[in-house]
Amino acid sequence: MIDLQDPIAIRVRGIVNRFGSQTVHDGVDLDVRNGEILGVVGGSGTGKSVLLRSIIGLKQPEAGEVTVFGESMIGKEEDEAQDIRRRWGVLFQGGALFSTLTVAENIQVPLREYYPDLDQTLLDEIAAYKVVMAGLPPEAGPKYPSELSGGMKKRAGLARALALDPMLLFLDEPTAGLDPIGADAFDRLTKSLQQTLGLTVFLITHDLDTLYAICDRVAVLADHQVIACGTIPELLATGHPWIEEYFNGPRGRAATATVDRNRQLGA
Amino acid sequence: MTEMADFTEELTDGGWVIRFSGRLTLARIGNLHKRLDALDGPPVVIDMAGVERVDTVGAWIVHRLEQDHGATVINASEDAKRLITLVTRSDRQVQMRPEPINPVLRVLNEIGEAVTEAGATLVGLLSFFGSILVAIGSTIRHPSRFRVQAVIQRLDLVGIRALGIVGLMSFLIGIVIAQQGAVQLAQFGAESLTVNLIGRITTRELGVLMTAIMVAGRSGSAFAAQLGTMKLTEEIDAMRTIGVSPIEALVLPRLLASVFMMPLLGFFATLISIIGGGLFCWLSLEMPPVIYVRRLQEVIPITDVWVGLVKAPVFGLIIAMTGCYQGMQVKGNAEEVGLKTTAAVVQAIFLVIVLDAFFAVFFTKIGWT
Repeated sequence: MIDLQDPIAIRVRGIVNRFGSQTVHDGVDLDVRNGEILGVVGGSGTGKSVLLRSIIGLKQPEAGEVTVFGESMIGKEEDEAQDIRRRWGVLFQGGALFSTLTVAENIQVPLREYYPDLDQTLLDEIAAYKVVMAGLPPEAGPKYPSELSGGMKKRAGLARALALDPMLLFLDEPTAGLDPIGADAFDRLTKSLQQTLGLTVFLITHDLDTLYAICDRVAVLADHQVIACGTIPELLATGHPWIEEYFNGPRGRAATATVDRNRQLGA
Repeated sequence: MTEMADFTEELTDGGWVIRFSGRLTLARIGNLHKRLDALDGPPVVIDMAGVERVDTVGAWIVHRLEQDHGATVINASEDAKRLITLVTRSDRQVQMRPEPINPVLRVLNEIGEAVTEAGATLVGLLSFFGSILVAIGSTIRHPSRFRVQAVIQRLDLVGIRALGIVGLMSFLIGIVIAQQGAVQLAQFGAESLTVNLIGRITTRELGVLMTAIMVAGRSGSAFAAQLGTMKLTEEIDAMRTIGVSPIEALVLPRLLASVFMMPLLGFFATLISIIGGGLFCWLSLEMPPVIYVRRLQEVIPITDVWVGLVKAPVFGLIIAMTGCYQGMQVKGNAEEVGLKTTAAVVQAIFLVIVLDAFFAVFFTKIGWT
């Protein structure tokens, strides 16, 4: 039974993932609380995207348990998973827009798939306000993905991820490849949508600014496991060398300084 | 079971009142949108007291009603108010579909584009040929820059590894020609002429032509895809900055390999077709192999072999050139690689067949009939 009020939206227990002889995950445990933005960080190759794929069912882990809103996701039949699938939206790294469809049609794909009875006028209206909601200019509707810039592709991908009014949003490196202004704008958009729509967000990122600016908690993947999960001060208190280096390296310090400065300006 | 989104209308002193009930969410919206188009009267008040949950779709519908009729929303929950504000902010005129284009204009436009593109490809291929000649020239002047290792690797890929599939194809084609030819010739009682048919058609035309088509599909496409991917990952740009000419390093080895391998593969294909045809003659027409070979010697003039073999390297050149040229044209995204690979194969086969026609006329004119 799907329980949307479950205080733990995603529960990951003991996930094991291997590619051939290479172990990516060895007993990953993670809780994503309802209504929070959880940032997932880790060095390259620590399996951040693999973890995402395991949760949304694109990859079956070798062992372990994943539940979303109290519903187990492992070994689900395709049609059983449908009910849970329409409660989440996924933004892939490159946007993953369908290249033969326009932006508006891309947004309508999930709507048509799950609610074939919706009439065209309503579909168009929904697509229209989602386009604006994702921060795209109104003339982006009839454009094809190849005509969009990297930032606009991400926004269009976000609009499609939000098409079904999901409870859960998965973002895979949403600000990678964006300029600082675009990245900042995307962060704000994520935060404001999360607040107004009451979303739970699972966010993979390398962007320290994003972590400081919008994440409620951060999970750190290293040594095939989640070595720590909590607010940034809590993570720093663990004293783990990788975490120290990550947040206290030159880039980490710069991001902290920016956040502090912004706080002072805001105060 | 949760309730579907629904509404009731009521005429009060102040005007029409709409009372929504149930869940105003995407999953429960049903045909609410259509039913709201057929209201009894313009609503003045929208009462959301009976609403259990709202999402942006529900909020949108309320917002439209509010805006179209200037109605006021009452008893909305905090969530609903927030969402209605969000969709109100997002309500802008958004273009949904590309501008419709006059179909006549579109067809004309497409024809024009195809013509200019064909012209551009022809000019591009010629200039590409030019830069290949330049690269050959500079390689001759600096033989140390010649990449023996790369050429050997390509020879293996283009030639040796194609032997199996080219052989199988040729063998089957040999059998088909023999079988079809025998059936037709039998009507004139000239079954023995099947040997002439097989021998001459395979040595002059089919052996080399079918091999060219196979090589275009196998290696021409691979060249385009490899170079296209390297273009995308900026490998080719990196080469240029280091001072390595991509034509010398990438195109020449492929070109040499296919120019050198095409005659060998073509000859091999011809032989196997003849063996295939011979097998059919032996089994079906009861012509012993010894007789078959002797008859072949009588009916195939040596010029036929030259006709086939002269064409082969030219075809190899065309295939490698279109493949590499199209690969180098890739820019932008991964989709381009697919498009250019297709273009490479189509153009290679087309050019090979056009050239083959010229060769046929030419050889007939000089008396190699």
